[in-house]
Amino acid sequence: MDNLIEIRDLRVTFAGAIDVVNGLDLDIAPGKTLCLVGESGCGKSVTAKAILQVIDHPGRVSGGSINLRQPDGSVLDIAKTKPTSPVMQHVRGGDIAMIHQEPMSFLSPLYTIGNQISEALMLHRKVGEKAARAEGIRMLEEVGMPDPARRYDSYTFQLSGGQRQRAMIAMALINKPRLLIADEPTTALDVTTQANILDLLARLQRDTGMGVLFITHDLGVVAEIADEVAVMYLGKIVERGPVREVLEHPKHPYTRGLLASMPRLDGDFKASLQAIRGMVPPPALRPAGCPFHPRCDWARADMCGHVQVLETELGHDHMVACHAYGPQAHKFDRVDRPVAAAAAAAAVKVREESAAPLLSVRDIKKHFPIRSGFFQRQTGAVRAVDAVSLDIFPGETLGLVGESGCGKSTLGQTIVGLHRADSGSMRFAEDDRPAVDLLAARGAEARRLRTDIRMIFQDPTGSLNPRMRVRNIIGEVLQVEGQLSDAEIEARVQALLAKVGLSPDYAQRYPHAFSGGQRQRIAIARALASDPRLVIADEAVSALDVSVQTQIINMMKALQAEMGLTYLFVSHDLGVIANISDRVAVMYAGRIVELGSTEEIFRNPQHPYTEALLAAIPGRGESAGGRIRLGGHVPDVAGRIEGCAFADRCPYALEACRQVRPELKGAGGHLDACIRSEELHLRPVASNETLVPA
Amino acid sequence: MSTFDETTGQVAPAAKTHQRGRGFDGHWALVWQKFLRHRLGVAGGVVVILAYVVAAIPEFLAPVTLEAYNPAYSYAPPQTLHLGRDEGEGWQFRPHVNAYKSEIDYNSGRRTFVDDESQPVDLGLFVEGESYNLFGFIPTNRHLFGPVIEGQPFFLFGADRLGRDILSRTIYGTRISMTIGLIGVALSLVFGILIGGISGLFGGVTDNVIQRLIEFIQSVPAIPLWIGLAAAIPASVPPLQVYFLITIILSVLGWTSLARVVRGRFLAMRNEDFVKAARLDGCGPVRIIFRHMLPSFLSHIIATVSLAIPGMILAETALSYLGIGLRTPIVSWGVLLQEAQNVRTIASAPWLLLPGAAVVVAVLALNFLGDGLRDAADPYSD
Amino acid sequence: MGSFMIRRIIYAIPALIAVSLISFLVIAIPPGDYVTRLAEMSAAAGDVMPMAEQEAMRKAYGLDLPLMVQYWNWISGVVLRGDFGYSFSFNLPVKDVIWPRLGLTIVLSVASLLFIWVVAIPIGIFSAVKRYSAGDYLATFLGFLGLAIPNFLLALAAMYIAFAWFGVNVGGLFSPQYVEAPWSWERVLDLLGHLWLPMIVLGTAGTASVIRVIRANLLDELHKPYVTAARAKGKGEFSLLMKYPVRHALNPFVSGQNDIFVDIVSGGTIVAIVMGLQTTGPLLLDALRTQDMYMASSFILMLSVLVVIGTLLSDLLLAWLDPRIRYQQG
Repeated sequence: MDNLIEIRDLRVTFAGAIDVVNGLDLDIAPGKTLCLVGESGCGKSVTAKAILQVIDHPGRVSGGSINLRQPDGSVLDIAKTKPTSPVMQHVRGGDIAMIHQEPMSFLSPLYTIGNQISEALMLHRKVGEKAARAEGIRMLEEVGMPDPARRYDSYTFQLSGGQRQRAMIAMALINKPRLLIADEPTTALDVTTQANILDLLARLQRDTGMGVLFITHDLGVVAEIADEVAVMYLGKIVERGPVREVLEHPKHPYTRGLLASMPRLDGDFKASLQAIRGMVPPPALRPAGCPFHPRCDWARADMCGHVQVLETELGHDHMVACHAYGPQAHKFDRVDRPVAAAAAAAAVKVREESAAPLLSVRDIKKHFPIRSGFFQRQTGAVRAVDAVSLDIFPGETLGLVGESGCGKSTLGQTIVGLHRADSGSMRFAEDDRPAVDLLAARGAEARRLRTDIRMIFQDPTGSLNPRMRVRNIIGEVLQVEGQLSDAEIEARVQALLAKVGLSPDYAQRYPHAFSGGQRQRIAIARALASDPRLVIADEAVSALDVSVQTQIINMMKALQAEMGLTYLFVSHDLGVIANISDRVAVMYAGRIVELGSTEEIFRNPQHPYTEALLAAIPGRGESAGGRIRLGGHVPDVAGRIEGCAFADRCPYALEACRQVRPELKGAGGHLDACIRSEELHLRPVASNETLVPA
Repeated sequence: MSTFDETTGQVAPAAKTHQRGRGFDGHWALVWQKFLRHRLGVAGGVVVILAYVVAAIPEFLAPVTLEAYNPAYSYAPPQTLHLGRDEGEGWQFRPHVNAYKSEIDYNSGRRTFVDDESQPVDLGLFVEGESYNLFGFIPTNRHLFGPVIEGQPFFLFGADRLGRDILSRTIYGTRISMTIGLIGVALSLVFGILIGGISGLFGGVTDNVIQRLIEFIQSVPAIPLWIGLAAAIPASVPPLQVYFLITIILSVLGWTSLARVVRGRFLAMRNEDFVKAARLDGCGPVRIIFRHMLPSFLSHIIATVSLAIPGMILAETALSYLGIGLRTPIVSWGVLLQEAQNVRTIASAPWLLLPGAAVVVAVLALNFLGDGLRDAADPYSD
Repeated sequence: MGSFMIRRIIYAIPALIAVSLISFLVIAIPPGDYVTRLAEMSAAAGDVMPMAEQEAMRKAYGLDLPLMVQYWNWISGVVLRGDFGYSFSFNLPVKDVIWPRLGLTIVLSVASLLFIWVVAIPIGIFSAVKRYSAGDYLATFLGFLGLAIPNFLLALAAMYIAFAWFGVNVGGLFSPQYVEAPWSWERVLDLLGHLWLPMIVLGTAGTASVIRVIRANLLDELHKPYVTAARAKGKGEFSLLMKYPVRHALNPFVSGQNDIFVDIVSGGTIVAIVMGLQTTGPLLLDALRTQDMYMASSFILMLSVLVVIGTLLSDLLLAWLDPRIRYQQG
């Protein structure tokens, strides 16, 4: 066997005889990166844990083989090895190491990272404390940890997210494993940090020649890092092949659907996305026949629902498990569904150029006091929003983008009234009414504003009260308003449910009966209940799986066209922002650094931070030439920042940048806050047609 | 149960065929379902309900009244219950106990009792006995069980120094012991919700001061302080007032844990997205608290309350045992245990400790119940 | 760490002041004082104490002064000169009575705490790791039982069993010949021979609750991601258990130790009364009954101080154990 590891017919069973992994075949070659892709609930992480035999109770490997080739040429079947045996302990961390999604919870806060790194070394090699320490510090240096000797004695809570992930990588690689399993290692990180970690992993693999099993749900990341791709659906591989083959010539309808639901950054940003309908069912409800058939546009009633799917080899190492390529292929016409009409209509809507802004925000500041001591004296302030000005025009979508901690959510929450701004003004002007300052409004006026400006929260679980029926959740704003009778509210709720694509009889139920996507639909119905003008969507699709995310985005676009809504769409995801926004505001350290039309921002960025963000989008980076990668992290907004807040991370910074604070300026609706924007020629988002670098 | 819809690819909540699927059940229905799965909790709940039934009608359940005594049976040991006997016509079902033959041991000056099989005391249900007023106003002389012939010796738990039936007195003691916990906790609850609510709602310095106060009260050793407070009640105070004073003393220190729970919930919930959403819906503070927040942690409060009652019962028992809590003529389990003051008495009449068994059973049941309620309080996590 | 310790110690000072005030007022505020109690007693004996004599006695004892002055006289004596006032009923300075008693209280409380740890921690760990095994059910049941049996009842039962089955009278902390004896090696051995029973009686409730706390905490920790991560490193199961989940479960356990210690000191009062131990409990009760106010106040004060010190120690222990507390608040 040439492969490092060969998995055949792997089955992982949980309590109640539910197969989460259901006959999985996978090969990983030495020195190659295999990406395992799929939505959550497909069994990706369980597969990874099965390879190490660390599946949590009550799961267990119940069949198949996991053959690991040993250095001496012999083969060890991990599936037949006792999880607690010394052989298995030797394999774990020695031959195969693993890194995880959330380094904060996968590293213990009670021990220094040095302790945990050297522990991994000492478990597998006979070395003294001192030698282990030296090796650990060397390893931290290797993974690009700044000031490694000092960080070695740090605790996890003293490190930034990227540094923690570097520490975990150092811990995994210190024994020079032959296979590294990376389970969504960059999902919890900011996009610029993610780019750095992906670069690091690629370099380490080149240097060490290890095999990598990389688990992700993000096809952009796949394009960035993979040699081979395996697409997983409900415990089985449905398509497998070299990365170019799979991404450029996807065969399986699931792969095609995943690609079609990804926002495109080439060509037309606002092109409608094709969502896969429905969602991944729980493994206990796995459909018979081809498990994907209920969500598949090609599915034929006469076979997909009951005939087991076979794997078909298409040449070029490309495998697909779909009836449309099997012996009965002639029965399928393999035509993808056209883009939904409503979404397409929404995409062509044009904003009137001359319209007056619906909301004018001027110099808004929101500082959170830092208090300490018994008497809670203020000892400092977090400048979450620091003198922000922007206009939102009626009928448009303004995207607000930035990394975590930049203040974008606080800005949204301040506009909607969850925080009270410290200073500045916010003028809200509907066409037929006199303008009102949101900060000065009282009484009836304030009540009217509350129904005009509404908000959708990020977490659809936390934002719906589990003790209330859907009807009361959606109708609460109308009940408080007290203008409508109960029957009228009931009718309104039913209409809203239909509008967001839910059955009207869901009104009687409680939120715990619904999936994440359905809950977010309910949350949207609540936001729309009072017939608002402006809706602030605070990371409204970030907690959702990619296909559900696309469904919600399409629905929001359709509702916007239908109801004449204006959106302030807050997100960290540049792809989503590009797809939904007419204009984009880029925020950094409490301030807006660039503001312009989506085209301008992505095609002609003026601020170095925007350039760095675009360059960090996985799968869109340029392969040749110098990539732009940001070091460091967002400055601590509690401290006073002199000059440009971005200067410390900016590759173009001059001494002058640290002296004066740049103001937002510019012409033709494209503004930036960089003193060098005139002279710099910054790179736009890569416009290559495909995801895969040439 | 959810089902997977084959045509739309959606997991549909609770298909319509399930008439009361999960999606239709409200919070309390889910709490109840989860509580029923906690078998120890349910068993505890049954015992607690029984105990409160006993507390409501001890006159009917006890074979004799509180006042009944007979010096002839001083320190009579517990009798054995026999289900039947053979009187020449074969074995017959005739529940009875045997009366005593007593001898006086002139060396120790004590009376010793021996089972007298020749004198069976037949027992019956709904027998006539001393008269009393059920619920205080229904005059009757029926007792659930007792000797068929009124006045015959019947001491299943034995008798105390004055020849009083310990079983009957334990049954009467249930009333005081079980209610003192309830009233004490009710008082604590009022303090706890009020102060905890203020603390959680206002935050800042107010919260800080109240938190330090609670920490301080919790760090004071309760029993010495209780002893101090209880000992300060003058002997001249009438028994009923002593009862209320003791409950107040117990809740003076008891409210702190409840206040902590309430405050913690308030603080956690204040930042929940659904509370923010309610604010955006235009709800005022009162509506937010009563419609959106309180229902969410009411079940937690109920669980905490049920776990606080046993502490009160134990404290009352201890104080009364020391002679500085309740005193006769009020009868609680602690007051009954006063009889067992020293080892020599206990060694000769160990059945004096039997009221303690009632304490253990009640506290155990309340703990089981509280545990079950606590697990069920949040039915959304498994 | 240093500044954390200092701040924590400073925080304890207002607590101590409040404790002293409460200890004093609880005794002093209720109507009646030692003199009225004396008068009642002589009245019961058929003797009438003239009002003038009563007033004279009040004056002699300083009981006629305003409350706050009495408090100040008492507390300043305690703090500045270690003088706890005068015991009316013993006719001795309180400090001569209190120190030996307090010493034994500390010995008993610490012994019970150690007993709890030694017994409960291993059982709690076993119970969590072997969840739903027969041993777990047994431990859980015994735990509930331990919580449900009042201390004094357990003490009575233990004494009864010792007396009825083994014919020994186990009251007290010393054999009669050592009660008044000066400290010697033999007296220490005698103390140890008597200490174990009250220690077990006093430790039962604490043991029960510690088993429950350890079990619940450990169950939370056993499936945390960092455990999976450590397992994936190749760590053996037992050393893994000890280094990660047990160590993590220890933190909430340590912060709960303070409550346990309060309960021991608190419950020790009653156990001591029942078992006739030469600790603070019985004297406190007597002092309260006779309204021997300085004696009673001093006992309550010193027990509270003991608890405040215990709190301080457990906070410092927690900070030592948990770097998050050390670095984020210190």
